[in-house]
Amino acid sequence: MSDLAKSARVVRALGARSIRQTFRRPQLMAPIVVFPTLLLAVQTGGAGAGIELPGFPPVQSFLQFMLAGSMMQSMMLAGNSGGIAFAVDIEMGFTDRLFAAPIPRFAIVLGRLAGTAALGLFAAIWFLAIGLIFGAEIAGGVPGALLAMALTTAAALAVGGIGAAIALRTGSASVVQGLFPLVLVVLFLSSAFFPQELMIEPAKTIARYNPLSFIVEGVREPIISGIDATHTLEAVAAIAGIVVLGLVLSARALRHRLRVG
Amino acid sequence: MPSIAVEGLERAFGEVRAVQGIDLAVEEGEIYGFLGPNGAGKTTTVRMLTTLLLPTGGRASVAGHDIVAEARQVRGSIGVALQEAALDPLMTGRELIRLQATLQGLPPAAGRERADALLERVDLADAADRRVGGYSGGMKRRLDLAAALVHEPSVLFLDEPTTGLDPVSRKTIWEEVRALNDDGTTVFLTTQYLEEADQLADNVGIIDSGRIVAEGTPESLKGEVGNPYIELLVGERAVAEAERVCAELGRLLPPKDGKRVLVEVEQGAADIPRVVRALDEAGIAVESLELVRPTLDDVFVAKTGHHLEKEEDRDADEEMAPA
Repeated sequence: MSDLAKSARVVRALGARSIRQTFRRPQLMAPIVVFPTLLLAVQTGGAGAGIELPGFPPVQSFLQFMLAGSMMQSMMLAGNSGGIAFAVDIEMGFTDRLFAAPIPRFAIVLGRLAGTAALGLFAAIWFLAIGLIFGAEIAGGVPGALLAMALTTAAALAVGGIGAAIALRTGSASVVQGLFPLVLVVLFLSSAFFPQELMIEPAKTIARYNPLSFIVEGVREPIISGIDATHTLEAVAAIAGIVVLGLVLSARALRHRLRVG
Repeated sequence: MPSIAVEGLERAFGEVRAVQGIDLAVEEGEIYGFLGPNGAGKTTTVRMLTTLLLPTGGRASVAGHDIVAEARQVRGSIGVALQEAALDPLMTGRELIRLQATLQGLPPAAGRERADALLERVDLADAADRRVGGYSGGMKRRLDLAAALVHEPSVLFLDEPTTGLDPVSRKTIWEEVRALNDDGTTVFLTTQYLEEADQLADNVGIIDSGRIVAEGTPESLKGEVGNPYIELLVGERAVAEAERVCAELGRLLPPKDGKRVLVEVEQGAADIPRVVRALDEAGIAVESLELVRPTLDDVFVAKTGHHLEKEEDRDADEEMAPA
């Protein structure tokens, strides 16, 4: 078996473990599914009339508009939960077991990210299913739904990279957990839950340049109006930027961890 | 060529020099006991030898591979069971062993087969599909040991494998370590238990404050600090006469109290009949007799000026000592 094939098997095995770990630990699963679902229900029920406001993008329903935001919330919390789980592994010494194995050490990080990406896919499917059940239309049809799923999965991988880097650098689950409020700030300072046009300054400007807004719009467009190359490419570029940042930070944190023990 | 060769190995954490230039050699098929108190540098040394931590000085090879330049080859040759059994409580025993098999590059079918065999070997087959979080301390250690063996390593590192275990679980681990060694595996074992090093190790290195202060077989190390002695309890009025008789058989040691006579003997147990016979011929009734051998703690005291084990650990060792 070639080195690449062995590494792929390791990444798959560690990814599977990471998914099992999330489903077996309710405190990791709750932020990914329960909180975003509750927020979606509350917002859709309480602020549905918002679509009548001038400047609100043309949508079939408020639920249809909100789906992308809920996917992003779930995806970001999956990345944060992945970082927490990784830090817990470091705290309890489980990563030492992995580092002592004859595998490329970056495969350990990729294994964790594979699990986080799978949870991102799960989040996309979950919210698209909720949307369809409660009457939201997917304007882009099956290709649009697949695109939304692909972008959410890739975004989860990207955000997970940042979470993994922080976990590797600090080795502390409580530090990674402490980023939870920051995740919400980033979400609310993007177009996840409100159209940029309806925001006031300075939130409007921040949201305009927030990379998450580009990802949100890339996921939202196929749902509310159909596949659009510009929004898709902007989302891909934003995801790629976060992926590169996450991988660079993870690689540096990994080297630091092996140097200082 | 030794399985483990270490020359001037050092590790500093800022100003703190945890390991200060140690040298050691572990031959193939040997059990090497690395003995020292908490904070002596045992775990830091193991972490460097298992490539989990880069040294800040010196060099070492394990299974013929340099621990820095050929770290991956080292990792392919060793099995590692670290302190505090680093196990995921949410995984089942079987999942953990299979994951370990994948990490070691075993094909899936071989990994499954090996996992079943190892779980059977460490007597965890019945608990294999239960989550590790529900295992006892002894079960966790056995599982950790099984995971370390999944790829049949030539060198096995065990970092304090029995710390915190009850005497029965400790003995089970000892038996497994002996069996592995009988199969040809080189074992590098760190411990803070004297009895463990004494019972298991072919050679012992004693580390204190990051330096190796003594090295050799347990017997040779104990031999360095003196011969065994016989401790006799006789009636109070017979002490002086007993001392006169014993002085002709060996060197008298300072008495513990007014009733006990301590005489150093060269051959240990073989000298007991001679002493008993001489006392009997002199008409001295012996109330009790005990042969006291030097321990590794005596070696540690002689080399460092302080005891290795705390009082409670010594009590635990006594529980484990063969009758």
